[in-house]
Amino acid sequence: MRKVFKALAKPFTETAGLARWMLVIGIVITAVFVICAIFAPLLAPYGFDQTSADGVQFVKREAPSGDHVFGTDRLLFDVLSRTIWGARTAIEVVVLSIVICVFVGVPMGLISGYYGGWLDRILLLIMDALFAFPSFLLAIVFAFLLTNKLPSGGFSGVLAVSLSLSVIYVPQYYRVVRNTTVSAKEATYVEAARAIGASDFVIMRRYLFGNVVQSVPVIGTLNAADAILTLAGLGFLGLGIQSTEAAEWGHDLNRALADAGSGIWWTGLYPGLAIVLLVTGLTLVGEGLNETINPTLRRRRLLPVVMTPREGDR
Amino acid sequence: MTRSASGSLPRYILQRTLLVIPMIWVILTLVFFVLRVAPGDPVSAALGGKLDDEALDQRRAALGFDRPLIEQYWDYLSSVARLDFGTTFSDNQSVLHVVRDNGGATLSLTIVAFIIALMVGVPLGLVAGRYRDSLPDVLIRLFGILSYAAPIFFVGFLLQAYLAKPLGLPTSGMATPQTIFNVEEHTHILLIDVFLNGNSIYIEDVLKHLILPATTLGLLICGVFIRLVRVNILQTMQSDYVEAAEARGLARRKVTWRHAFRNALVPVITVIGLQFALLLGGAVLTESTFNWPGLGQKLVDYINDRDYGAVQGIITIFAVAVVLISLLVDIVNALIDPRVRY
Repeated sequence: MRKVFKALAKPFTETAGLARWMLVIGIVITAVFVICAIFAPLLAPYGFDQTSADGVQFVKREAPSGDHVFGTDRLLFDVLSRTIWGARTAIEVVVLSIVICVFVGVPMGLISGYYGGWLDRILLLIMDALFAFPSFLLAIVFAFLLTNKLPSGGFSGVLAVSLSLSVIYVPQYYRVVRNTTVSAKEATYVEAARAIGASDFVIMRRYLFGNVVQSVPVIGTLNAADAILTLAGLGFLGLGIQSTEAAEWGHDLNRALADAGSGIWWTGLYPGLAIVLLVTGLTLVGEGLNETINPTLRRRRLLPVVMTPREGDR
Repeated sequence: MTRSASGSLPRYILQRTLLVIPMIWVILTLVFFVLRVAPGDPVSAALGGKLDDEALDQRRAALGFDRPLIEQYWDYLSSVARLDFGTTFSDNQSVLHVVRDNGGATLSLTIVAFIIALMVGVPLGLVAGRYRDSLPDVLIRLFGILSYAAPIFFVGFLLQAYLAKPLGLPTSGMATPQTIFNVEEHTHILLIDVFLNGNSIYIEDVLKHLILPATTLGLLICGVFIRLVRVNILQTMQSDYVEAAEARGLARRKVTWRHAFRNALVPVITVIGLQFALLLGGAVLTESTFNWPGLGQKLVDYINDRDYGAVQGIITIFAVAVVLISLLVDIVNALIDPRVRY
């Protein structure tokens, strides 16, 4: 347990000044959005697809006012509510896609790196091809296929988009895990485990897994920022999540764009700012972690050393 | 060390070029199977409801969908090898024609955006790296993060909502219909054709349409340049040869310009190639935001039409382009930096 705390505190203790501030600000911003996501039903004044309250229908494209602090959009939705509910969609998709990535990428990398041979070669080839491909186009293609394939309604939009995002990030998890496995499997402790008769499965699970899994959180936070942008991009193009299924910032911005010329700024400004803030927060966290882990960038705080004269020296 | 052991340049280029073939093959195989295995039936997805069952069957037979998958796969590979990227299902056009008619718009948009990104990003990155942790560094880094964090369509929205009207800039399309009608086609790239035409009214019209989309796309990539140049400066400033130059008593200015900056810029060239992929994705969104009649916009249109033939063809062309550009970048890199050849 203490080890876990120490590991969690490492980014703070190893950074100083600006780097630490950026990390803290990033964590605070991210935390605010996570709170919005969890407590969306309590925080948002209306539901994400609510178009009337107390039997009175909302006014179309109403400017920000007392009842609608951020105004309403062309589908009568309350912009503030959709911005808050949008945090839930974004966090849901990012968490789901990271979970899928970890469950697919880590075992695949372990097996591929541990056994090597033709399986390793083929997996490497496929993953490198996926990685070389323009990631946003890949996401578009998969979102296009999956939204056609999955039954519409409910959670399927979120699932389709999460799966599409996973496809573009899995190669990174796979690559990192595979390469660490290849170098770790030659270590003496693995040889020792093999000598006492441990099976391949036990070696991978008990000896290699812990070693290999350490880099996953960094990839996760760095990808999370990118995932938010990709999700919004897909939404903007009308792929994946429909506006009646959930509130999605990118999709809302698409509808707002038509109004931009006629001076209606509130329908696009707030969802857009939400994306910018969340991505900035996640990027700051990712960069902060990277600066502590990448030794070529690290700059440790200089600790003042006070030399107190010993009694006997006088 | 002998020449061959250290890896001569022609040999490296040959090896790298031969490597392109398996890379393209793997990507093509992925594209084919992903697009072909997933959906039930591309023809009825694109044309279902528009034609009766018999006509649908005819289209299926004509497109070869009634044959075994492996034969279709072979057909696809061999036609790509002949540079035939298939036809679209919905409007029965050759994909190559679609690319020829719309690729120019995408190309001019991305190239101009790239130039903007380089001109803004590289100097800012140099300043930020040279004066680490100073106020300019903090501001520039913040700008870099924000320009990456702001989605293209949001920047586009802001520009359209706040800047377009006061500056009198158009927000949709590549030129007014009048310009498009009057400028005769030579190259299928309007930006070049309009200069060939020489009429200053049309030139101004085309350039005005280009400003907002190119700035939007340029800002996205500019953040990447800032980060990259800054980190490279930080690393080269700490390297031994910079220290040695300083120890020899060279002026600080001279050290930074002649020793640090030059070497820090080499990796930028590598990244230009990698950014091409980001640029393609960004171009799709920029074109959608500004109604720019490019290949990305066309791809989105075909996706909305559920046209698998067009999607497969356009994606194939993008994939081949990405592989070829990465080849080009690697060769340029080998010419500049001899360490790459080993």
